[in-house]
Amino acid sequence: MKKVIANREIDVNEEGYLLDFSQWSKEIGEYLAEEQGISMSDKHWEVIKYLQDKQQSGEALSIRGIKKSGVIDIKEFYNLFPGGPLKKSTLIAGIPKPKSCI
Amino acid sequence: MKNLLILGAGTSGTMMANHLVSKLPKSEWQISIVDQYKTHYYQPGFLFLPFDIYTTKQVKKNGKKFIPKGVNYVQEEIELIRPEANEVDLKNGQTMAYDVLIIATGSKIVPEEIEGMSGPEWHKSIFDFYTYEGAKALRNKLREWEGGKLVVHITEMPIKCPVAPLEFAFLADSYFKNKGMRDKVDITFVTPLGGAFTKPRATKTLHYLLEEKAIKEVTDFNIERVDYENNKIIDYADQEVSYDLLVTVPTNMGDPVIERSGLGDDLNFVPTDKATLQSQEHENIFVIGDASNIPASKAGSVAHFEAEILTENILRYIEGEPLKEEFDGHANCFIETGNGKALLIDFNYTHEPVEGTFPFPGVGPLSLLKESRTNHMGKMAFRWIYWNMLLKGINIPFVSATMNEKGKKLEEVS
Repeated sequence: MKKVIANREIDVNEEGYLLDFSQWSKEIGEYLAEEQGISMSDKHWEVIKYLQDKQQSGEALSIRGIKKSGVIDIKEFYNLFPGGPLKKSTLIAGIPKPKSCI
Repeated sequence: MKNLLILGAGTSGTMMANHLVSKLPKSEWQISIVDQYKTHYYQPGFLFLPFDIYTTKQVKKNGKKFIPKGVNYVQEEIELIRPEANEVDLKNGQTMAYDVLIIATGSKIVPEEIEGMSGPEWHKSIFDFYTYEGAKALRNKLREWEGGKLVVHITEMPIKCPVAPLEFAFLADSYFKNKGMRDKVDITFVTPLGGAFTKPRATKTLHYLLEEKAIKEVTDFNIERVDYENNKIIDYADQEVSYDLLVTVPTNMGDPVIERSGLGDDLNFVPTDKATLQSQEHENIFVIGDASNIPASKAGSVAHFEAEILTENILRYIEGEPLKEEFDGHANCFIETGNGKALLIDFNYTHEPVEGTFPFPGVGPLSLLKESRTNHMGKMAFRWIYWNMLLKGINIPFVSATMNEKGKKLEEVS
């Protein structure tokens, strides 16, 4: 489905995750974060960049990965993205939500 | 004489031995397979063992029976893989040289990864059902358990057979109903993911199962530790879930030999090309089944589909031909929903599980993403298929290695 954000039309799935990463920009990320009640800081962006890099190299995203990322520890990750940190951060990063097989 | 060496005689390794023994010329190739264990377990059966649906005898056989004649079966622990020398060291001091290596060492649970999990309460009030020992201990516990809070829990992804924990919760609901004590048991499903079902279509179609069976869901729960003294699991957000009986799926990791040999990622899974199944670092090493890091489900059905494509790619590699980039992540799983019913799902890297019929488009007899008794019978029949066809590398009629898109209401995965 289509969604207009930051005056641009993007394609998202039913849960609001971007379908095409090429449509992502920092501005869009900022708006998506706002919808989640998160205002982005440099630390937030550092995490987003890390997640995007991991995703692009085909690696699965996990809390364990965060632990070893050297970017942030898990408690901090929860503080930055309260609620479901992986779920929210991937949404803002414009990459697919980590999932199981069904 | 050239050597093809298979590490691990589980589902994947045994299938590869059976496939390759008839394809490689015996005058040129010696096939060897190494595994330290004598017993071959039917791992899907571990789900049924705790509920007394299967007996212990139904889930294990002597592994030797399934290794074909002409294959050198070495029962010994693997010490180290040395890719630079194309050699593998065994625990007994023996060294085996290879021209082509297939890593099929699987994955195993590592409860030690979480503080308090494998402590004094392990197999007393905290259980796994991913090992023979765990499933059997849990069976004995359930036989005498008088009820309380049952928490079914996933530690972190990826895990072998990602739906098994959910099936466990469904079967537990049936089990306690049949024992006339469902009102004494409170079932909660705790997952690090956003839901028990994580794909939009499956969530929409299947969420009713949780409601119908009164199974509570705690989502986005990333466990930090088990407080076994106070019967609680605690996550990084300080969320707590209390239990009387904790059935957990601990962290799944590749075999320690992968770590010792410096061949794995953070979880000891071997980085592998997801379409060809060749190791990313060494061109004469191939990886099949749970041992690889490919983003497909860790499940026997995936290994079965991989085996067909890997067999062809090994023959191509030997002939110096380009590898087929054909593996599409195809998985096909029965999901027990309790009460003698089951679901069937069929999916791959790019398509999520959808409704439809299987294996014949428009005909069935099995229905996809829908509960039915026929699907349950399919799952029960699968044990026979596993021992008699799958391990022996006999093709299962009408089921192809890559996913068939006909007869399905398809939708691209986001």
